[in-house]
Amino acid sequence: MEPDIVRENNTLKQTTTEHNKSFTDESEIRMQTRNLSVHYGSAIGVQDVTLPVYNNKVTALIGPSGCGKTTYLRALNRMHDLTRGTIVSGEVLLDGKNIYDPSIDPVIIRRRVGMVFQKPTPFPTMSIFDNVVAGLKLVGIRNKNLLNDVNERALRQAALFDEVKDRLDKPATSLSGGQQQRLSIARALAVEPEVLLMDEPTSSLDPQSTNRIEELIHTLKEQVTIIIVTHNMQQAGRVSDQTAFFYVGNLVETGETKTIFTNPKESRTEDYISGRFG
Amino acid sequence: MKTLRQRYIRDRIMVSLLIISTIIVLLPLLIIIFYVFVNGISALSWDFFTQELGSPGRAMQGRPTGLVHTIIGTLVVDSLALIFAVPIGIGAGIMLSEFPDHRLNPTLRVMNDTLNGMPAVLKGLLAFVLIVKPMGTFSGIAGGVALAFVMLPIVARSTESALMSIPWSIREAGLAIGLPRWRVINSTIIPAARFGLVTGMLIAFARAAGEAAPLLFTSFGNNYLSNHWTGMIFGPVDTLPQRLYSLAISPYSHWHEMGWAAAIVLLGFVIFSFLVARIATRQKFYT
Repeated sequence: MEPDIVRENNTLKQTTTEHNKSFTDESEIRMQTRNLSVHYGSAIGVQDVTLPVYNNKVTALIGPSGCGKTTYLRALNRMHDLTRGTIVSGEVLLDGKNIYDPSIDPVIIRRRVGMVFQKPTPFPTMSIFDNVVAGLKLVGIRNKNLLNDVNERALRQAALFDEVKDRLDKPATSLSGGQQQRLSIARALAVEPEVLLMDEPTSSLDPQSTNRIEELIHTLKEQVTIIIVTHNMQQAGRVSDQTAFFYVGNLVETGETKTIFTNPKESRTEDYISGRFG
Repeated sequence: MKTLRQRYIRDRIMVSLLIISTIIVLLPLLIIIFYVFVNGISALSWDFFTQELGSPGRAMQGRPTGLVHTIIGTLVVDSLALIFAVPIGIGAGIMLSEFPDHRLNPTLRVMNDTLNGMPAVLKGLLAFVLIVKPMGTFSGIAGGVALAFVMLPIVARSTESALMSIPWSIREAGLAIGLPRWRVINSTIIPAARFGLVTGMLIAFARAAGEAAPLLFTSFGNNYLSNHWTGMIFGPVDTLPQRLYSLAISPYSHWHEMGWAAAIVLLGFVIFSFLVARIATRQKFYT
């Protein structure tokens, strides 16, 4: 395992050094949380997290199960709105504006901040095509040419187009698990989000599909800012530019992935990364 | 520790018990179908479907008599009941399933269960007070409302469970691409659950279509076909379950036979609507 991480980190080093400036550059911050806490009733899910997320970078959230990574992620596009008894405090700033401001419509926020879930979630009664363009079609966009263009663009971005181009009218549920997950990604990309949240997107997939999705993340970050929750540390090392380590609802440490993996400041981070717990 | 043989025998006994209970469940249905057909088939004739009942003397004088007014009346009253009950029942079901945290829901749930357990004759009384008294006449509408009270809780509960069977993650996926809540429910959840929704409606319909008690003092019954279709809605109208009852308690053997025939029609009516709905909702995509 060790050499794998080191090798991946070496390739990362090259890519990160040229963009190094952006990790300190305030103007490159796309989204950030300030003292964000999420409570479920009396239990605390996430406590006082302040974390900047940089433009066109991949930020990985790592940590043991139940440490609040997913809870944190879901606060970033107001998914907690659905669960009564969940209280979100602090600020989530998207381009400097708090998305929890009462004047902000969560529907608009979710268009700008898309999400891909742990398990593939194709709409079961829709065709592949209808799934991809659901975010446009269901809000009343009927222009055939536009929908076709969006469909092709999104499926290409998700590296799925060639596999499904001849059966776009077939049910989305006829695809394999890995294809369904890429379809979910295509559907999220179709509405052109600025930020894409990914909640363990490869945890239910086989290694080959996982590989494809990781490659995808590499190319996607040219266009979108990505925040990914992962259980798999090698994955965090492979795909991310910035890593944030969560432990029991707290953000322990954050920084460039290279630094976190090779030279963490906190001993808990080091213990987790070296596999001493988790 | 039991021997393998003992476990094997025990397994066989359990399976046999299951098969026996299945047969016991099916038996009454088969007996009813058989008995109804044997007794009623002779009364089914062209006249039965084209003539109205009229007075008892009509049959005794050998003049043509039938239940066309009852069959049409049943269609009218049951359709009215569906029109009243389905939108409200589905609405309540959506509320229970999609907004589980809403503060009205505990009350809604208790009221719905109470309504479901309430004797059907009381629902007839309720419709009598609400519709018959103010209108000053028995009517198809009143019958429809009474049957709607029978359908409502069943539609609400079955809608709830049909929608709940769709994974919550589908809703989140819908919201995550920036769809408003109602859009997600309308365009992704309801289509996915439509098979369960229609099945629930059918169960409610079949239950209500067989009820005689709520109709006694609402649609009241009628021996004749109305001259105009409005008479079916705004005046007293005949329905199969109620007609079946009054034919059965009548002193005329010819009417008894017609009662059996009415039972065949009622049975066929329910089975036919089941078939139609099954075909109509045949899943385009299998999940």
